[in-house]
Amino acid sequence: MTRKTWVMFGLLCLLGLWLLAGCGKKESTSEQPASAPTSAQPAAPATPINPSTVASVSGSVKFDGTAPRPAKIDMSQDPACKGANTAETVVADNGSLANVFVYVKDGLGNRAFDVPKDSVTLDQSGCRYHPHVMGVMAGQNIEIKNDDPTTHNIHPTPKDNREWNESQPPRAAPLEKSFAREEIMLPVKCNQHPWMKMYINVVKSPFYAVTGPDGKYTIKGLPPGDYTLAFVHEKLGEQDQKVTLAAKDSKSVDASFKQ
Amino acid sequence: MTTESGPLVSFGAPPSPAALPQPLKESLLKAVATPYNSALHHFAVFTAGATFLLIIAGALVTSNDAGLSVPDWPTSFGSLYKIPRLVGGVKFEHTHRIIAQFVGFLTIILAIWMWRAEPRRWMKHLGVAALGLVIAQGILGGLTVLFYLPPAISSFHAAVGQTFFCTTVAIVLFTGRRWVEEVPRIQWDTRSPSLVTLTLLSIFALYVQLFLGAMFRHKGMSWWPHVANAAVVAFVLAWTAIRALSQYSKIEAVRGPAITMLSLLIAQLCLGFVAFEARVVWGHGAAQPELPMVISTVAHVAVGALLLATAVILAIQVWRHVPVAFEEPVPSPERKPVAA
Repeated sequence: MTRKTWVMFGLLCLLGLWLLAGCGKKESTSEQPASAPTSAQPAAPATPINPSTVASVSGSVKFDGTAPRPAKIDMSQDPACKGANTAETVVADNGSLANVFVYVKDGLGNRAFDVPKDSVTLDQSGCRYHPHVMGVMAGQNIEIKNDDPTTHNIHPTPKDNREWNESQPPRAAPLEKSFAREEIMLPVKCNQHPWMKMYINVVKSPFYAVTGPDGKYTIKGLPPGDYTLAFVHEKLGEQDQKVTLAAKDSKSVDASFKQ
Repeated sequence: MTTESGPLVSFGAPPSPAALPQPLKESLLKAVATPYNSALHHFAVFTAGATFLLIIAGALVTSNDAGLSVPDWPTSFGSLYKIPRLVGGVKFEHTHRIIAQFVGFLTIILAIWMWRAEPRRWMKHLGVAALGLVIAQGILGGLTVLFYLPPAISSFHAAVGQTFFCTTVAIVLFTGRRWVEEVPRIQWDTRSPSLVTLTLLSIFALYVQLFLGAMFRHKGMSWWPHVANAAVVAFVLAWTAIRALSQYSKIEAVRGPAITMLSLLIAQLCLGFVAFEARVVWGHGAAQPELPMVISTVAHVAVGALLLATAVILAIQVWRHVPVAFEEPVPSPERKPVAA
């Protein structure tokens, strides 16, 4: 090859590296909701709900049988990590199943709901995510904090939303993120601490809840109607139940999972 | 246009080197004329060793699920030179990057050295090819970070890494004293399929297996294609090694790699079983990669790399020492008139 060819080859390599480096630059990962209004097509206003007729649904989720022993976590990889050393995959205390995401899967029709202006907080503390399972509306802001004296990286691996991966050093400013499209049990992990896993549930309505350690949940403010309630667990799967709510009704819907 | 046919000359019988045709003898003499460069050979050995270490470091990254613990590339946490706190997944990912940079640096030196010191033109080109491979491998590694470990790119990264390792091992072989100084002991291969074909088939089977294993490790495929293909690999490699040992055991350059390949195959099958048990059966519900899962899979990857390199060495030695006998039509001395 001539000298000129070598120079051209070198320049092409440098250009390629520059382009690749450009691909890795951080971008804003706050996504606009899939149904976000555009200037050409204004969105339909949120359907008003008569507050005097709203109903609620509550209940408890049980684990049927002997709960599996929680897997041990070894945090010795990072001396800055100190905390509980069991996984939260199946948390069942006295038969009550925690971390089940309950939401109205069907029955709301074409109703549109305002996205709450308040952020939902995801905290990293003791090298674990708090909460382990959370719900958020599409387009709603998620504030991600790091309260640990070590660097974490937050890496959601969605199917329908955009994937991103960012590190967050100790005492760094909170990250502000959102997801545009509905997605249930969207996994989030930290590649620096492989035991750190949590799930974000992105829904279109504000009618959702996550069961606490007592297995209980409550969804308030539902307009009267026929609904399908979905109970989703990260490992144990999904169960759907029908419920009919009249005005001012307060019904109980329970669910039970087994391995 | 006319066609001519004549008696077939057979090279089926194994001749002694003295009885070789003149052009072949000359080509052998050319090989002997290449001086042995001890320093270059030892540097190539060092580069191949460092590359093997790099493959282990890469396997540790995947086995510890630490692939994206450093979220940027070509920088690490925004810097090209600062070493981050080596804890958690960063310990594996950044160490892999440091070793990769070191191997890249060694390969640049090796390519320049070979270009300047090697009298064989094809060796100069092999050095440049090694440099091209290590650059491609670095860019592929970067792409895995920038595109969040897509299974196809990550698997390609694994395959190119092992190809680069095989290239460095081949350079070690070609710069070795035995290669440049020996007069090859040639034994013609008359069987079908030929041993060269079998060695090439072994390399192909190993590449397929490597890709299937990498796809499984990077969650792009189920485990069963890798496990099912293990039977095919075992059959092809055993066939190749047994053919080599049964027919050409007197040729040390063939016997050594064949025995090594057979031994590594047995070790690799055992390690594969242990890795399957540790990762798929026992470690299915583990909250994080456990030590037995990491050790067994890393050992499986490392022995897999050695197995592929051994298959490549065997193929090269078979190509050199056991050429395929062929039949060539010799024009008849009498030309028969042919009607136009």
